[in-house]
Amino acid sequence: MKLGLVIDLDTCVGCHACAVACKQWNTSGTTGPLSDYQPYGEEPSGVWFNRIRHYEVGDYPTNKTINAPMSCMHCDDAACVTVCPTGASYKREEDGIVLVDQSKCMGCNLCSWACPYGARELDEEAGVMKKCTLCVDRIYDENLPEEERKPACVLTCPSHARFFGDFDDPQSEVSSLVRERGGYAMMPELGYQPVNKYLPPRQRPKAPTVAAKQSEDSGGLIAKWLKRQKDAFNQLGEG
Amino acid sequence: MAALPEFENHAQQSIKTTTCYMCACRCGIKVTLEGNEVRFIQGNPKHPVNKGVLCAKGNAGIMKQKSPAKLTQPLLRKAGTERGSGEFEPISWDTALDLLTQRLRKIRATDPKKLAFFTGRDQMQALTGLWASQFGTINWAAHGGFCSVNMAAGGLYMTGQSFWEFGDPDWDHAKYFMLWGVAEDHASNPIKIGLEKLKRRGAKFVAINPVRTGYQAIADEWIGIRPGTDGLLALAFVHVLLKNEQFDWDFLSRYTNSTQLVIDAPGTSEHGLLLRDGSGELQVWNQATNAPDAWVDTRVSAALFGEFKTVEGVQVKTVMTLLVEKYLSDDYAPENVAQRTGVDASTIERLALEMAHVAFKETITIDTPWEDWAGRKHEKFVGRPVAMHAMRGISAHSNGFQTCRAIHLVQILLGAVDCPGSHLAKPPFPKHVAPPVKPAKHMAPNTPLASPPLGFPMGPEDLVIDDNGDPLRIDKAYSWEAPIANHGMMHMVINNAVKGDPYSIDTLILFMANMSWNSSMNTAEVQQLLKKKNDDGEYCLPFIVTCDAFHSEMVNFSDLVLPDTTYLERFDTISLLDRPISEPHAACDSIRQASIEPDRDVRPWQEVLIDVGTRLGFPALSNEDGSAKFKDYKDFIVNWEKAPGIGFLAGFRGENGEKSMLGEPNQNKWDAYIENDCFFEYKLPVNQRYYRFANKDYLAWAKSVGFNAHDGPIVMELYSETLQKFKLAGQGLYDGPLPKADVDKQRLIDYFDPLPDWYVPLEEQRIDNKAFEFHAVNQRPMFMYHSWDSQNAWLRQIMTHNYLYMNRAKALSMGIEDLAWVWVSSHHSEIRCQVKLMEGCNPDTVWTWNAIGKQSGAWGLDKNAPESKRGFLMNHLISELLPSVEGERRLTNSDPVTGQAAWYDLKVNIRLAAPGETGVYPEFDTIKPLPSMSDTPSVLKYATHTAVNIERSMSDVIKRGGLR
Repeated sequence: MKLGLVIDLDTCVGCHACAVACKQWNTSGTTGPLSDYQPYGEEPSGVWFNRIRHYEVGDYPTNKTINAPMSCMHCDDAACVTVCPTGASYKREEDGIVLVDQSKCMGCNLCSWACPYGARELDEEAGVMKKCTLCVDRIYDENLPEEERKPACVLTCPSHARFFGDFDDPQSEVSSLVRERGGYAMMPELGYQPVNKYLPPRQRPKAPTVAAKQSEDSGGLIAKWLKRQKDAFNQLGEG
Repeated sequence: MAALPEFENHAQQSIKTTTCYMCACRCGIKVTLEGNEVRFIQGNPKHPVNKGVLCAKGNAGIMKQKSPAKLTQPLLRKAGTERGSGEFEPISWDTALDLLTQRLRKIRATDPKKLAFFTGRDQMQALTGLWASQFGTINWAAHGGFCSVNMAAGGLYMTGQSFWEFGDPDWDHAKYFMLWGVAEDHASNPIKIGLEKLKRRGAKFVAINPVRTGYQAIADEWIGIRPGTDGLLALAFVHVLLKNEQFDWDFLSRYTNSTQLVIDAPGTSEHGLLLRDGSGELQVWNQATNAPDAWVDTRVSAALFGEFKTVEGVQVKTVMTLLVEKYLSDDYAPENVAQRTGVDASTIERLALEMAHVAFKETITIDTPWEDWAGRKHEKFVGRPVAMHAMRGISAHSNGFQTCRAIHLVQILLGAVDCPGSHLAKPPFPKHVAPPVKPAKHMAPNTPLASPPLGFPMGPEDLVIDDNGDPLRIDKAYSWEAPIANHGMMHMVINNAVKGDPYSIDTLILFMANMSWNSSMNTAEVQQLLKKKNDDGEYCLPFIVTCDAFHSEMVNFSDLVLPDTTYLERFDTISLLDRPISEPHAACDSIRQASIEPDRDVRPWQEVLIDVGTRLGFPALSNEDGSAKFKDYKDFIVNWEKAPGIGFLAGFRGENGEKSMLGEPNQNKWDAYIENDCFFEYKLPVNQRYYRFANKDYLAWAKSVGFNAHDGPIVMELYSETLQKFKLAGQGLYDGPLPKADVDKQRLIDYFDPLPDWYVPLEEQRIDNKAFEFHAVNQRPMFMYHSWDSQNAWLRQIMTHNYLYMNRAKALSMGIEDLAWVWVSSHHSEIRCQVKLMEGCNPDTVWTWNAIGKQSGAWGLDKNAPESKRGFLMNHLISELLPSVEGERRLTNSDPVTGQAAWYDLKVNIRLAAPGETGVYPEFDTIKPLPSMSDTPSVLKYATHTAVNIERSMSDVIKRGGLR
């Protein structure tokens, strides 16, 4: 199994629901709490596994706004795992989820420097590295209704821009979406083989119009409509 | 697979369903509790509103519950201290309610209008409105007057349904969607769900907004329009549709007043009124008899076009004739509106013709037979799949009412109203144009009002004015200055009350309304007004009561503070009598159930209202001997009936809960709702789901359940006789009340066009537009829209302060670079703030995120929090009054029809601050902390249980090491 996410940039409105749902679930999750520093102070910050970036592409007036949620890509060849000196960071054999064993992590930050996606977050209070677990504590929990055994971000996404599934299964929703919509990996040139994929904004063909008519003045148009009305009425009389 | 540990001890968890209140969307949620703490809040998949999803706000409910800004006990301003100084003493609820009741009892027994009761982030207007009516004051309204009234009134006076919350685009069938002036809206999750559906089906999404944020991001086409010109754009669409003969002839003839006859008798009191026969029936021109005949007689072959003369010699024209004469004019030709709107002519023409293509060449049908009101049988529902939605960017202009009508006109010409693929009403809408409820005018001591404080004027005789023509309401709603102010004018209350214009009041009660900060125009001066004293040393506004759950800026300016519960701590109703949660094809309502025990001495405001109303002896709440009719709020909700069988909750009625919509009180109602996940949904039969304005079965049902007063057709008013009556009054020709002041007369003449119209926003008409070259607007980010949660520990990490956003090329041409500090000036005031440059912004427009800026010390935030040190309000620049004109009384900065606050009419100029001039201006004093508020933690480590780590085995480390 190769579990991961597909994120649809065509429908992501940048609302941050996934980011906050992630924060909410995971602060009481397997690597929680996710500390918040100065929560009511001058420089509030905290541990988040999923952050939304907003970009503008192109210049006014042909500019486009792209909202790009970023979290761990669960890379096949994860640099964060390679560099971990304690063996705390690992990629699960069963499903490919990249995790950090909190009891083995010494908070050295090497993995964070190695990750090109900025997906790792050092919890300064706990002194250990934390990251997206793909909600491993939800997806296998048989006490949850089956349809809710999904990462919190996927469960909550209001514009259904997030999908979760097995990329090893060609029939899965995520595999089909990537195939049909031209899903791509972010920064594949770095060679880490990210599992998560993004769907590009759909290119809509130009909408058809009714053919524009030769301009007629208003008097002419009204006369025409009066005639149409009269004809219709006369026809009614005949019928 | 290696066994995973048990992460959650489900045995010590419980799940309660309830309704979210992080904003106005009112989604169904499932709250997982662990002890008295919240483990997880998620969307309820069964819920009709959000269908399982949940936005950023809803997901941050835990941090609302944990906020250090929560009020903990009733507070009274300390004797001898000044209002606004933040000196409070804790008092008991008994003391607080005794004090309040005594004061109110005296007002009620003498002059009930001396109590003004206005509510902000309210979702219980049915209750607060009933309370005000029972008290006997007409000075009640919610915050709609500065939010949405242009949209509600624009629709209800034209189509009988409206944008805003009263309808939804048909997300499942629309092939073309046009979004006007919406970055985010009340229907936060439904819009997101819907946009994805549209895009999946390949529908086109066009967004009209000066700024490309929010939903605009994923639009197929973005039209960066100049603010305040949307009405002109809509009427240019009308022009193009008419020129190209793209309008739905049958739809117009059948369902609108387009065939009705308008009297053409200039200079008389009849001019512009609709022709009626002796019994008052509206007339059309019968082509067979060549004479007027009744509109209701559908056998008559009515002329859509033409001008005629009756045998009595009355000259008449059909509404449609007037309409095409107006909009075929070159004034509305794309090439003549392009410069003003900032949208080029070819784009305007193309968009109109694209919509026409979808409406008429891509028509859809749903094969369900239905019958219209006249007994005509239809084999199927014909759909013109063009949907629209419009809100704040239309609403917040002084031409918003007419602009909203212009947008509705485009829909109606296309036949795209309440048909498959178009904009669908949500029960109890559509309603007859306009709903037959008139605003109350008469008050008497110790006497409930005879009708609700708010209603729908149909002519000058319905205004709430005295014999002199002066306003009777404190906010001057329903006066000549704002005749159709259907939601009141909350933004004028403090200004008027302090100035004693039209009179002074004694007590102002505010619920969850931040009127000393981001919900007022001209914030700095409003704070001064709140502190203003008369010659006797008494406050001009003697007593201010605020009910809120949090330490807002308004709490600081209050004399009595009544601490509310959070939404997770109380029972509450979202009623069909109010702003319901219905879906287009289902009448719905819902409840909240208390999930968490409050840890503070707080009470639900609903409970307090019932308690105080009972103490005051309201007939609805107390018996003649003074004893309570209802033992508490829950009992009131179960047993109070508006009419036999109709109460706050439509579900599970009848003795055993077996009846829907109508039925006797059910003593187990709350339990029944809780068992049904806290909502009730009555799905309309399939033949009642479209064309409900004319759908016989729907109309009969709507009458039977009390939605509408009668079951006759709902006729769309392209031409508003109501507006014409006001216009006649302005011309001195109306047979009824007439305005005295020239300015009132002129405004009625200029702005009450019976056909949808566009005019230059009022502020722009009065200032030097060369000196103030930029439009200035604001938006709320999705993660804070309509929330009370800028202080939320999670949400504020997404944004702690705002910038002034400018079009990059335009700013650079002025020498303004990214992050420069600038002075922004309006005709009224100036502010200093920091600029950020972007592409997605109309070059003539600047904008910011609203309500991010906070007063230092409020909301449980550190006194140096960025919200107060770098965040700013645009409100300082906006005056609640229009620029003055010599010899004229000062006028409200509002829509002249509806009184809607004209937030977005603002024009400003921008100049670079001098080197070294940094920091926001104006700055405000730091608000003192309240007694016994909890300390703010320096670190939060929220978790409901100790984390269960997944241990990686040493053998795996050794075997695979770091290399997989």
